[in-house]
Amino acid sequence: MNDAAAKVEEAGHTFRPETEEQVRDAVSWAVSEQTPLAVRGHGSKAAIGRPVQAANTLDLSALSGMTLYEPEELVLSAKAGTPVAELHALLAENYQEFAFEPMDYGPLLGGEAGRGTLGGLFSANLAGPRRIRNGAARDHVLGIRAVTGRGDIVKSGGRVVKNVTGYDLSKGLAGAWGTLAVATELTFKVLPRAESETTLVLLGLDDAQACEVMALAMGSVAEVSAAAHLPETVRRSFVGGVLSASATVLRIDGFAPSVEARFERLAAIFKALRVEWLNAETSRQLWREVRDVKPYADGTARPIWRVSTAPASAHAFVMALRMEAGVDAFYDWQGGLVWMRMESDPEAELVRRHLSANGGGHATLVRADPAIRAAVPVFQPQPAALHALSKRLKAQFDPTGVLEPGRMVADI
Amino acid sequence: MATPAMPEVQEKTLSRREAIVGDLRAIVPGEGVVDATNSMRAFENDGLTAYRQLPLVVVLPETVDQVSRVLAYCHENEIRVVPRGSGTSLSGGALPLEDAVLLVMSRFNQVLEIDYDNRAVRAQPGVTNLGITTAVQDEGFYYAPDPSSQIACSIGGNVAENSGGVHCLKYGLTTNNLLGLEMVLVTGEVIRLGGKHLDSEGYDFLALMTGSEGLLGVVTEVTVRILKRPETARALLIGFPSSEAGGQCVADIIAAGIIPGGMEMMDKPAIAAAEDFVKAGYPLDVEALLIVELDGCVEEVDHLIDVVERIAAKNGSTTCRISMSDEERATFWAGRKAAFPAVGRISPDYYCMDGTIPRKELPRVLARMRELSGHYGLRVANVFHAGDGNLHPLILYDANEPGELERAEEFGADILKLCVEVGGVLTGEHGVGVEKRDLMGTMFNETDLDQQMRVKCAFDDKHLLNPGKVFPQLRRCAEMGRMHIHRGQMPFPDIPRF
Repeated sequence: MNDAAAKVEEAGHTFRPETEEQVRDAVSWAVSEQTPLAVRGHGSKAAIGRPVQAANTLDLSALSGMTLYEPEELVLSAKAGTPVAELHALLAENYQEFAFEPMDYGPLLGGEAGRGTLGGLFSANLAGPRRIRNGAARDHVLGIRAVTGRGDIVKSGGRVVKNVTGYDLSKGLAGAWGTLAVATELTFKVLPRAESETTLVLLGLDDAQACEVMALAMGSVAEVSAAAHLPETVRRSFVGGVLSASATVLRIDGFAPSVEARFERLAAIFKALRVEWLNAETSRQLWREVRDVKPYADGTARPIWRVSTAPASAHAFVMALRMEAGVDAFYDWQGGLVWMRMESDPEAELVRRHLSANGGGHATLVRADPAIRAAVPVFQPQPAALHALSKRLKAQFDPTGVLEPGRMVADI
Repeated sequence: MATPAMPEVQEKTLSRREAIVGDLRAIVPGEGVVDATNSMRAFENDGLTAYRQLPLVVVLPETVDQVSRVLAYCHENEIRVVPRGSGTSLSGGALPLEDAVLLVMSRFNQVLEIDYDNRAVRAQPGVTNLGITTAVQDEGFYYAPDPSSQIACSIGGNVAENSGGVHCLKYGLTTNNLLGLEMVLVTGEVIRLGGKHLDSEGYDFLALMTGSEGLLGVVTEVTVRILKRPETARALLIGFPSSEAGGQCVADIIAAGIIPGGMEMMDKPAIAAAEDFVKAGYPLDVEALLIVELDGCVEEVDHLIDVVERIAAKNGSTTCRISMSDEERATFWAGRKAAFPAVGRISPDYYCMDGTIPRKELPRVLARMRELSGHYGLRVANVFHAGDGNLHPLILYDANEPGELERAEEFGADILKLCVEVGGVLTGEHGVGVEKRDLMGTMFNETDLDQQMRVKCAFDDKHLLNPGKVFPQLRRCAEMGRMHIHRGQMPFPDIPRF
C-alpha cells in the first residue's frame, strides 16, 4: 500500500453527495484510488451481510426528494436517499401505498423503527406479508438511474408498467445490496391501498396443520392477501398478547363489501376449527408486527435466519432442524418465509443441509455478530456454475470491486 | 421488407456446414437435425413474417443433456445459435441467421409437475402458455399472463419476451409470475434459478433472463405461479364521444382505487373494423370504446360495476352496456380479440406497433398520430391496453404498392419515437428483436447500451447467442470491459463530506 492510500484509509472519508454527478465523481475517485466504498442510506440495514472492509463511505442520505408522483398514473419517482417514511406518508395522503409492504429491519437489528431510504429498500429487495400475492420491491420497480462501479451513469426501464425494451436492469439490480451499482433515482409502481381489511384467526393448530390450512386458504377464491402461522412460542408477542393459542392468521383486504363476502367464504371452509377474527385496526397492527419480525426484535444479537422455501414443506424443514438444534420459528408467506432465532450458534451448515433436503430454497443469516458474519456465509452459497456467473456479472458492473466488496459473497 | 443489416456472416461456419451437421447428428440422433432446404422453410421466419432467412441447420433437441452438448459444441467451435420456441415473436426475435444453428425447443412439451399446495407448475419450455392453464383448470386454477398468441406461444418464449396480455395490470407480466428456471449457458453449463420459493439467494438472474430475447441462455424448464380462478368476471362496454373522455374515465377508475382485471380501449377505425368482422354489437358512432372487466367475488364485482358505471356517466359516456352472462362478456371481448385479423380484412397488409406511453398522454399521441397518418398517406387503427398504457397502432398498407411498405416502416418508427418523447418506451410486450433494434438509441444513450451489453458479456462473451437482435451494434466484450486505471488520476471529488 502506498502512502496516499494509507492516508486515505486512516482518514476514512464519508462522501455525502447531493447530485448524481457527485455520486459518479466519488465512485470514479474510488476506482482511481482502488479503495472500496461502503454504500449507505440511513445505515438501517448496514448490519446485514458480511462485514465490508471499506475505509470510505458513500452516504446517499442527502440525495433526497420525490421527483415525480402522479397518483392517477400509479407512478412515483424519488432520489435514492429519500426516506421511505416520507414516501409512505405521501402515498397515504392519496390512499395509495407500495403494495409489496416493505418490511422495516430496524427493530430486528437493534435500531430505531421508521428509518431507511428508497435506495435501501430497493437494494435489499424488501417485501412484507403481501409478497405471496403482490411480489417484492423488484416486482414494483419500473425504472432506475444508477452509477456503476465503473463510474458510469446509466438508466434502465422507464415510468410505465409494460416495458420490454432491453434487459430488465431495474429488477436485476434489486437485491444486489449495492454491490453492482449505486442507485441514484428509482421509479416505482404504486397502488391503491385497501379500503378495508380483516384477519381470520385459526387457533390451536400445530405447524404441519397450519401449513395445510394456509395452502387451502391461498388456493381458495377468498383472495387471501397474507397467511402466517404464529406458534405457541411467539403468539404472545403479537397485538398485545390477545391471541389465546398458536394462531394461523389469514388476511383479507379490499373494498368493504368484498372483504365481508370473502371473509364468509373463508370462514365457511374452516368452520370445523376454532375461528376468531380481528377488526381492521388490530389486523393492521398484527401484520405490521409479523412484517417486522416483532418476536425476535429482542435487543439481542442471537442469530436470526430468514429462510425462503417451498411453503408446503416449511414445517418439515423446521421439524427436522429442531431434532438437532435449538431453534424458535414462525412462518409468513403461507410458510414460504420462515423466521428463525437460534439459541446461540447459527448452525449454518445444519440449517442449509436440512433446507436442501426439505423443499429447498435459501437461508440468509440476517442477524449475527460481525465476527460470525465474517466467518459464516451470510447468503446462501451457490453451486459452482452459478457462483461463477455471479462473479462475471459483478466484474461487468464493478470490475475493480469498489462497491461493497465481499458484502454478499467473500470473493464477489 | 428489407431485413436490417445482420452481423457479418462467418464464412468459416458456412464452409464447414456438412461437418457441423454431422457432428450435431451425433448429439441429437434421428429426425432431430433438419438440414434439407424444403424442411427448413417452416422455420425461416417467426411472427414478423416480413423478414425471412434460412438457418444454417435446424436442431430439435429432446433432452437437457442434448441442449447442453449442442451449446458446448457450438461454443467450442464458435458457431452462432438462435433459440426458438413456437416462433410467434412479433419482433423477429427468432429470425434465423444464415450462419447460425436454429435451436428449436418445441419437443420440450411436457408439463412435469403440478403442485397445488405450493400453487406452482413445473413445465418444459415448449408447453404452450394456454397449456399451463389447461393442465390446472379442472381444479379451478389458471396461469395469469395471457398474451393473445396464448394458444400457440410457448412458456419458454414467454420468459424470453416477458410476455404480458390483457390481464397484466392486475396480475403482472411473466416476470412477476415466474418462480424458477433451469437453463443452459452457452458453454453448456446447466444452472437452476429459483424454484418453488420466492426471491433470489444472490443476484436476480431470473429478472435478467426474463425478457432477454434469447441472448443470455436457453431455458430448459420453467416453474410458474398458478392462481385460483376468480369466482366471477363481468365487463362493461362503454362508448365515448372523444378519446379524451375515454382517457379521463380510465384515469378516474384508477383514482377510485380500482384495478380492473382488464381495461382495453379502441379508436374509431379499430371499432369499425372489428364490428364489421365479428358483429359484436359495438356502437359505431363513438370515437373511443372502452372495455372494463372486473373480476373477483360476486359481491365485489357487482359493487365495482356500479362504481365504474357512475364514473363512465360522469365522463359523458354515450353508451354503456354491462354483461349479464359469460356469453355476453365474451361478445364484448370478441371484437377486441379479433382486432388484428379484423384490420387484416380491410387492408392488404398491416404493421402492428407496440409502444407504451404514460396513459395521460393518450389524447396527444392519438392527435399526433392522425397528423402522421395524413403525412404518410396511410390509415392507422389503434387498440390500447388502457390500464397500463400499452398502445398497438396498426398501420394499414399495401405491400404491392411501390413505396408503401417503406412508408409504413417510417410511420411506425415515428410513432415509436413519439412514444419515447412523451415519456414512454419502444416496446411494451413484443420485444426489440430485429424490428426495433435500430431504434434503441432513441431511448438509451451509448453508456446505457454498453452496460446492457456488458450483462450479455457475463453470459456470452463471444456473442454466439442470437446475435444481431436487440443491440444495434455488436461490440467486443474484451474491448468494453477495458478500464484504464491510474492511481491518483481523479482529483479528490468536491463533494460535501463529514
